[in-house]
Amino acid sequence: MYRTLIALMCALYGSFAMAQATDPNLGRNLAAACAICHGTNGVNAGGLPHLAGLPREYIAQQLRDFRDGKRPATIMHQISKGYTESQIEALAAFFAAQPTR
Amino acid sequence: MSHPMNRREILKLIAAGAASTTLASCASTPEARKPLARVIVIGGGYGGATAARYLRLWGGNHIEVYLIERNTNFISCPLSNLVLGGSRQIDDLTMNYAKLRELGVIVLNDEVVSIDASKKRISLKKIADLDYDRLIVSPGIELMHEQITGYSAEAQKRVLHAWKAGPETVALREQLTSMRDGGVYVLSIPKAPYRCPPGPYERASQVAHYFKQAKPRSKVLVLDANEDIVSKKGLFLSAWNDLYKGILQYVPNQEVRELDAMTGTVKTEFDTHKGDVLNVLPPMRAGNLARDAKLITHNNRWCDVDWLSMESTAAKGIHVLGDATLAAPAMPKSASMANNHAKIAAAAILAQVLGEAPNPQPVIANTCYSYVSDSEAVHVTSVHRYDAEKKTLLTVPGSGGVSSARSALEKAYADAWARNIWSDTLG
Ligand SMILES: Cc1cc2nc3c(=O)[nH]c(=O)nc-3n(C[C@H](O)[C@H](O)[C@H](O)COP(=O)(O)OP(=O)(O)OC[C@H]3O[C@@H](n4cnc5c(N)ncnc54)[C@H](O)[C@@H]3O)c2cc1C
Ligand code: HEC
Repeated sequence: MYRTLIALMCALYGSFAMAQATDPNLGRNLAAACAICHGTNGVNAGGLPHLAGLPREYIAQQLRDFRDGKRPATIMHQISKGYTESQIEALAAFFAAQPTR
Repeated sequence: MSHPMNRREILKLIAAGAASTTLASCASTPEARKPLARVIVIGGGYGGATAARYLRLWGGNHIEVYLIERNTNFISCPLSNLVLGGSRQIDDLTMNYAKLRELGVIVLNDEVVSIDASKKRISLKKIADLDYDRLIVSPGIELMHEQITGYSAEAQKRVLHAWKAGPETVALREQLTSMRDGGVYVLSIPKAPYRCPPGPYERASQVAHYFKQAKPRSKVLVLDANEDIVSKKGLFLSAWNDLYKGILQYVPNQEVRELDAMTGTVKTEFDTHKGDVLNVLPPMRAGNLARDAKLITHNNRWCDVDWLSMESTAAKGIHVLGDATLAAPAMPKSASMANNHAKIAAAAILAQVLGEAPNPQPVIANTCYSYVSDSEAVHVTSVHRYDAEKKTLLTVPGSGGVSSARSALEKAYADAWARNIWSDTLG
């Protein structure tokens, strides 16, 4: 019952807000895996796209497009398939909020 | 370090203001500036250096972080095969710990000789014992030379593994450059699991590339103890077929059991092979420090961990990272993984110290690029998510994969991966 309620709320209000409410470090922890290519907190050290400070919706849309095969890629189509929709939202929100340095 | 009297109060104080993602930017009362815990990290390779850096990035001054490394410099194994191929120099792969020091990590150039888990204390070679609240060990691997008859200390002066980047890498390159044209380079690969599954096939490609340029009558003979190419099979086979036909020969099911350094011979169960340069990779296990601290739980080789925190299943308060761990299913022993393990551990330790809820579902991603020549590369990637039922990290169905084909673009991305993982690990 409780679970269905939560699922419903997630569906209604967007699971990102829920996830954030339960774990303030969710985005940070997920995004840490991207740093080996995109740089710490998305600030790139050279040769790959900078993610820090990009618009949240742009990042989320790119990840969905990679996942759905709409944007050609060498590797991101394979990586983005590893994340749920709410994790994509959390990743996008985290990088969008980072200073571009 | 810890102050049991008022620690709880400090924790409450921090917890109250801990909605922000970086603790460095929250509560800054005088009490809160005192470190809440001392974390000692042993091993300044990919796992350890990343853990030290992220404990400071995420924990700020709340965590006192020591990093203990016996070598003065960090020398990257990734890209070290390019030194053998001739397109990189060892200096390009040699870095230092200056930026970690700037971040407040106390970096000590020393060797840890023992760990006393009950006293939470470590002993070192040069300086006095140190106490810790939490310990992280990322000691890398040990090579099990004793598993191969004749691979004595004396033989190891001639027959190199070069599976820890540094002087051996340079020495092996010298053996290759001074070999006669028409000579044979023998690379033997142990049974999986070993450090860096695609690494030996990348190395074979790099040496073949060098021979093709400089000594076209020479041969690369790959003796694989495994029944097939362990990683990126199709991509390596097509590179070898297109680029190194007649130079590189691959033979599976050839477990080297014996070698003679003087005559340059290796013996497998049924066959004997001769080479001008022998490069024998013995089986591998977790580093001696892990063994001595009784962290090895599996097969006398690897350390089991709780994948939510990287804490050893054998010793409370000690976290194990990187190649030393008993890998989760389909997880390679790679720099990418060691770096990711470190972040799971840093987050878990901070959550514990600050009284926050731990991350219930870590998700990490592996990528290993391999250079098949000086101008093209291929990759393998996978995403691993914690499964609460199975209590381990499992690959996310449908995710991951390998390159569609080798390319110059992926060579550029491989270079970029290296730049970024170096700066993410060392600052
Ligand atoms: C040829 C080659 C190519 C590779 N290519 C890639 C690649 O392209 N991509 C990839 O992801 N991975 C690659 N790898 C794998 C990668 O190097 C390892 O997986 C990674 O180094 C593991 O990190 P670690 O922290 O476990 O160990 P290490 O990086 O080896 O660090 C261990 C450190 O601990 C120190 N240490 C040990 N014991 C003590 C002690 N008692 N006191 C003080 N210090 C101690 C050691 O000196 C060492 O610096 C490659 C490996 C090789 C050999
Ligand atoms: C192994 C390296 C690697 C890792 C790890 C990686 N990326 Fe990427 N990323 C790339 C590459 C390469 C591209 C360019 C597209 C391609 O060829 O796949 C890219 C492109 C992108 C883009 C498009 C940027 C733009 O300007 O349009 C986004 C967004 C992105 N990645 C997000 C992520 C996120 C989020 C993660 C972590 C979950 C991640 N990446 C992990 C290599 C990586």
